[in-house]
Amino acid sequence: MNNLSIDRVEIAESIPEVGITLRLSDASVGDRGVIIDVRADDDGKDHGVDIEELQRRLLEFGFVEGARVEVIHEGAIGHDPIAVRLDDMRVALRRRDAGDVIILLDRP
Amino acid sequence: MSDVALSPARVALVGNPNSGKTALFNALTGSRQKVANYAGVTVERKEGTVTAASGRTIHVLDLPGTYSLRARSPDEAVTRDAVLGQLAGETPPDAIVCVADATNLRLVLRLILELKQVGRPLVLALNMFDIAQRQGLRIDLEGLARDIGAPIVTTVATRKRGIEELVAQIDATTLEAAATVAREWRAPDAGEIRDAHREAQRLMKAHVRPPERPDTLTGKVDGVLLHPVWGLAILLAILLLMFQAVFTWATPLMDLIDAGMTGLGGLVALAIPEGLVRSLIVDGIIAGVGSVLVFLPQILILFLFIIMLEDSGYMARAAFLMDKIMGGAGLHGRAFIPLLSSFACAIPGVMSTRVIDSKRDRLTTILVAPLMTCSARIPVYTLIIGAVIPAKVVGGVFSLQGLVMFGLYAAGILSALGVSFVIRRFLWRGMSEPFMMELPTYKKPDPTNVARSLLQRGQIFMSRAGRIILPLMVLVWFLSTFPYPPAGATGPAIDYSFAGTIGHFIQPLLAPIGFNWQMSVALVPGMAAREVAVAALGTVYAVGDAETNTGGLSARLAEQWSLASGLSFLAWYVFAPQCVATLGVVKRETNSWLWPTVMFVYMITLAYIAALIVYQLTVALGGG
Ligand SMILES: Nc1nc2c(ncn2[C@@H]2O[C@H](COP(=O)(O)OP(=O)(O)OP(=O)(O)O)[C@@H](O)[C@H]2O)c(=O)[nH]1
Repeated sequence: MNNLSIDRVEIAESIPEVGITLRLSDASVGDRGVIIDVRADDDGKDHGVDIEELQRRLLEFGFVEGARVEVIHEGAIGHDPIAVRLDDMRVALRRRDAGDVIILLDRP
Repeated sequence: MSDVALSPARVALVGNPNSGKTALFNALTGSRQKVANYAGVTVERKEGTVTAASGRTIHVLDLPGTYSLRARSPDEAVTRDAVLGQLAGETPPDAIVCVADATNLRLVLRLILELKQVGRPLVLALNMFDIAQRQGLRIDLEGLARDIGAPIVTTVATRKRGIEELVAQIDATTLEAAATVAREWRAPDAGEIRDAHREAQRLMKAHVRPPERPDTLTGKVDGVLLHPVWGLAILLAILLLMFQAVFTWATPLMDLIDAGMTGLGGLVALAIPEGLVRSLIVDGIIAGVGSVLVFLPQILILFLFIIMLEDSGYMARAAFLMDKIMGGAGLHGRAFIPLLSSFACAIPGVMSTRVIDSKRDRLTTILVAPLMTCSARIPVYTLIIGAVIPAKVVGGVFSLQGLVMFGLYAAGILSALGVSFVIRRFLWRGMSEPFMMELPTYKKPDPTNVARSLLQRGQIFMSRAGRIILPLMVLVWFLSTFPYPPAGATGPAIDYSFAGTIGHFIQPLLAPIGFNWQMSVALVPGMAAREVAVAALGTVYAVGDAETNTGGLSARLAEQWSLASGLSFLAWYVFAPQCVATLGVVKRETNSWLWPTVMFVYMITLAYIAALIVYQLTVALGGG
């Protein structure tokens, strides 16, 4: 998890009027917000399927723009996988596969 | 009644996982159902019939749960092909009944939009309506039915509510729409999935009012069960309870079955004169059936736990908790359930790998499943440990024999993780497929549904294992019986048989790992099933019926085997593919001889290496 904070600085961007956006893969338990983008960006990581297929699977599970997410649980080792509340259902996924889901955090 | 009313209709149940499809199928068809396999694939095919009020027979096909027709696992591919009418040997359904969890509509609405594209008549069964009402969820049924263009029936599958209405609706829909033409279906791309979600969202907004009393229990329970520390502790406790149950509660029943089969053998022996026929029936067939039957109590108890954990919604949590540990070895979180089952027997373990989406993840799991210590190894372990490990207490509390037993279990688990790591590292490089899984709301398992699933899984296990084990037992009987010893021979009869010849033939190969010829001979019949080696050792050491006389055999082995040979035999049994039934099931599940061959070769290689190291090391340390 040490490199996570570095990632977070790189990717998290603060848009003054809008708020903080970050990748779902970098979110911590308690973070909540709304999905603003589900991309098919190659992050250089191996997901076992190609990146378009990963995007389709994410979309199919309900990770779509406009859906509300909240990270509710995480695993004991390396804070992975994570369980999120996605609108009115709960979904578990690995952080490495969640990098293309961009969320806009609610204002505190 | 018109002709049309008399010709039977065929419908297929489709829905998301956990929507209550199986419960609805049971409510519809009761006991008039048949479980078999689809031609060519090993996915279970469940079909039943129900008679409509009109007197018409309706065939109902239960399909594996799916989120989309874009199939990923073998299970989901069957659903897609059945819906599209592309399944070999199956006629396309006259209508599709989409089963939805009324409290979780979003994803199923998208599936419905996809199903609409197929162009077959559709009926929506809005299941779990009791929970929806309890939560104060309001659904505008008329509006929703109009917008999706399909009639809606509300049901409570577990209480059999709404079933008659559903049957009447199916009857009506299939009659009206007798002449619809199926359209071409094409997997949606990302844009189309987004559009479908948008449409589903619009439908939700327009027709569903959020619950007044949403379920808060699941969140609270998850707070404990998914807790990084408590969650793992509870999972461990559940596993311990399960093992306790499988290994201790089952014992009286197993003893009973064992005694029953022995008694039956005795009766038959009385009825049939001494000779070949009697030997075939008693030692081949009855002993063969018995060797499968004796594991049934353990397997049923194991299945009972697994079904309850699945139905309650806990299994998804277990997969969540285990994913990181399994993932480290390149296994999928879902591999947890099959590997767990393999502690009772690798056969149900291999059979339950079907829930794993990706082919590689599934094959990896299948390949390592037999390394988990199955219960057939226990008689062998117990016998050898009793014979060569002194009954000492070490560290004040631990029995040395118990520690060795524990070590053998640990060796099985660690080697399974190690082998899968190697497979994923060198054979199929790259990550296992994304692990994405819905965590369903917790529910109390319904006793009748649990009982029915238990019965079905028990039957499937028996027929599959029985069909493979029986002929093998007969083969092994043949090998150990023929040819007869020459007149005036002094050694045990098996020594002169084909099995004996094979044993003597391979003995030089096994000498470096410390196996004497008796051990080598026992390995041959022991190929049929691991525990058979105990009986075979009894035969070669001529102590009579080894199963009723393990004490005698154990004492005999203690005299004749060195510590090094005993440990080497144990190490061999951790890895050796001494179970043809497992290899047979792997052949069936993978539809190829390649994988059972790979499994056999890698396991026997590991067994030899492990036994070699253990033997040579023990000898070097003075245990020879
Ligand atoms: N309260 C209530 N519970 C239900 C109802 N229908 C099913 N259940 C329960 O929901 C759980 C899941 O039901 P299943 O029938 O196993 O679901 P399924 O869709 O077959 O699930 P998969 O086999 O994963 O596809 C079980 O514990 C059922 O007892 C219902 O109408 N009301």
